[in-house]
Amino acid sequence: MSDETPNPEKDLSAQNLPGQRGEHGEEVRVQRGMFGANNGGDTSGYGGLVRSIRLPGPATRPYGGWFDEVADELEGALEEQGLLPENAIEKTVVDRGELTFHIEREHLVRVARTLRDDPALRFELCTGVSGVHYPGDKGRELHAVYHLRSLTHGRLIRLETSAPDTDPHLPSLVAVYPTNDWHERETYDFFGIVFDGHPALTRIMMPDDWQGHPQRKDYPLGGIAIEYKGAQIPAPDQRRSYS
Amino acid sequence: MSTSHASPRETTEGTVYTVTGGDWEEVVQSAAKADDERIIVNMGPQHPSTHGVLRLILEIDGETVTEARCGIGYLHTGIEKNLEYRTWTQGTTFVTRMDYLTSFYNETAYCLGVEKLLGITDQIPDRASVIRVLLMELNRLSSHLVCIATGGMELGATTIMIYGFRDREMILDLYELITGLRMNHAFIRPGGLAQDLPPGAVDAVREFVKTMKKNLPEYDKLATGNPIFKARMQDVGYLDLTGCMALGATGPILRSAGLPHDLRKTDPYCGYEDYDFEVPTADTCDSYGRFLVRLEEMRQSLRIVEQCLDRLEPGDVMVGDKKIAWPAQLALGVDGLGNSMDHIAKIMGTSMEALIHHFKLVTEGFRVPAGQAYAAVESPKGELGVHVVSDGGTRPFRVHFRDPSFTNLQAMAAMCEGGQVADVIVAVASIDPVMGGVDR
Amino acid sequence: MGLEEKLPSGFLLTTVEQAAGWVRKASVFPATFGLACCAIEMMTTGAGRYDLARFGMEVFRGSPRQADLMIVAGRVSQKMAPVLRQVYDQMPNPKWVISMGVCASSGGMFNNYAIVQGVDHIVPVDIYLPGCPPRPEMLLDAILKLHQKIQSSKLGVNAEEAAREAEEAALKALPTIELKGLLR
Repeated sequence: MSDETPNPEKDLSAQNLPGQRGEHGEEVRVQRGMFGANNGGDTSGYGGLVRSIRLPGPATRPYGGWFDEVADELEGALEEQGLLPENAIEKTVVDRGELTFHIEREHLVRVARTLRDDPALRFELCTGVSGVHYPGDKGRELHAVYHLRSLTHGRLIRLETSAPDTDPHLPSLVAVYPTNDWHERETYDFFGIVFDGHPALTRIMMPDDWQGHPQRKDYPLGGIAIEYKGAQIPAPDQRRSYS
Repeated sequence: MSTSHASPRETTEGTVYTVTGGDWEEVVQSAAKADDERIIVNMGPQHPSTHGVLRLILEIDGETVTEARCGIGYLHTGIEKNLEYRTWTQGTTFVTRMDYLTSFYNETAYCLGVEKLLGITDQIPDRASVIRVLLMELNRLSSHLVCIATGGMELGATTIMIYGFRDREMILDLYELITGLRMNHAFIRPGGLAQDLPPGAVDAVREFVKTMKKNLPEYDKLATGNPIFKARMQDVGYLDLTGCMALGATGPILRSAGLPHDLRKTDPYCGYEDYDFEVPTADTCDSYGRFLVRLEEMRQSLRIVEQCLDRLEPGDVMVGDKKIAWPAQLALGVDGLGNSMDHIAKIMGTSMEALIHHFKLVTEGFRVPAGQAYAAVESPKGELGVHVVSDGGTRPFRVHFRDPSFTNLQAMAAMCEGGQVADVIVAVASIDPVMGGVDR
Repeated sequence: MGLEEKLPSGFLLTTVEQAAGWVRKASVFPATFGLACCAIEMMTTGAGRYDLARFGMEVFRGSPRQADLMIVAGRVSQKMAPVLRQVYDQMPNPKWVISMGVCASSGGMFNNYAIVQGVDHIVPVDIYLPGCPPRPEMLLDAILKLHQKIQSSKLGVNAEEAAREAEEAALKALPTIELKGLLR
């Protein structure tokens, strides 16, 4: 990944290349060249290509299927609690047949509680939290993704919330979904996201005295070079690769 | 010398004796000196009757467990991180080693996630889906067999262990025939399968179903009505529906609490909606109920396997899109399974484009459009979910597995506290955690 | 003593070393050290079809103090490493270690932050057994090879001498990176 800022003029010509979805989504990567190799000289002549790769952007109504129903119910229920939905729900993304609500972290617990308790929503089962580290998404590097399943209605939605690297705090959902206990400990262990309100936020996978949070993008894979028949093969993260 | 194994230490909560193996008599003496009978027992991580490297920390008062905690992470392998440095196709090789008893479920869940990201879910050939279902249901059998076998062994019933491994061995023979490996197959790939069923596989599976139908009732005879077995399992490891929902427990634990929730029915994938089977439940909420649910699930799995065999029709096992489909063709040579010589002759000799294509796809891999997807399958242990994120590259940006063993193991404390020490083993065995899946 | 003259030749005429080795190899008690996938294959080896009982080894000891063979079956994580060493230290001498599978032998495909790149960083290994996981037949083969090794192991002064020779050979050995040509 390059740390230079993308050139918008060059970017325009590359709108239709594969790997490009939506215009308003978060930029996750800037790709240079055609083939994604980032070490070694580029002899292909495509080295000047620059394109930014974005995640799917927000969707507009109607979302289709039961998505509208869930969104309406959620917004209605939040309004009833005296909370403006647009303050809590940052954006709604519909992509690949899945509905994602991006939630402001201040309102995460209330939204989750509403989703669990509202009879028209009833997302009883949380399948845990998955951390994602987007170093390129400045100001909101650490994302936490929750998948909620409604057994009553047979639905699955996704909640996504984010925190900046400088202030890696998110509210804990253990009070709403006790199953998140270990999941949040795991995400803390791997990403360093501090879940405020968690009853015992300690490392769970790594040894207690481990330094760093291994699944962040700035943490190296930690492999060692392998010696084989008199030659040395570098660790997997140091080999030539394409992205 | 005499205090080397149990040295006292004053803490705010009273005298604490830390015992590290050795002299049991000293432990007993020290415990007798203390005014209460509270002992903290550390079980594992290397202990014969905890599934794998699970560490249990039990606070016991006499024979009663007052507090139980799990220590996990002793098998943390960093698979999720490693996936980020391999192509999407190579990922199956890693995920199959997560929960090593349910390899085909890991592979299928991962591949369903990747296929969703690629948007090719509808293009997967029917034959590939049927073979996936066939392998998954065989895998359910072998996983439940290990659960019942090791669970029985932990109760002291070694016969049932020998029976379980005997039947599992037959399933492993089928795996070996179909995928070439006994475990860790990496057979299910994004877009389909690594290769088609070999000749004779269908007959071998049919033969197996016949044998298994004869063998399954033996478990009933051996265990279901066995008074010792029942006395050890009934009302042990109790977790009701409310507890299951709060703790996110799925699979046989949830079904033993009476809720027929099964992703194969509620959120079908791989064409499960077309198969005729039932979701067994029990209403006892205990270890015995879970045992019965597993036993009945094995019967239902056999039914599905039979339907798969009837449903198999000739056809492709990989998507038609040549930009995704793995270009290799395998054939059986004198030194085992390898690249087909005809295919190599073709790409090396006659078609430069095929050679370039092959090279690009194998070394670089295919690109997956940016975005995220969640795919879930009903593994023998519960909901196995995969959250895959792509940044538009040839390698995953992030893959997270929601492993059912990990989530279900959280219920251990709720099941064991207040019970007896001996029941902890039974309760943990009924959760059936596999540490490879828990720690990943 | 004169006893050997009265007996048929070859009978009872052996060294203490050989007798002890013969007895030892026929009663190896493995400690259960199942870690990952290989542990399942290890259990399979103990079960009906492969039947480790044929070699007098079906009794896996739960306590390391009653065991003299540790089969490290699976990937050893950084968190497990101290535990593994402690279990090894608790085993009484003489003791042997089989490193089962590539993960235990070299870290295998998991070349990353979490896994110890070879259990020989922590404990001395007698037999390396490749495979992912090795088939039960391969484990049996490794065990038979270990039996040979136990059979020919030395006692007393000879053992000290053998240990010293091994130490010297190890000190003189070239690191793998400096070896030239095909390594076999």
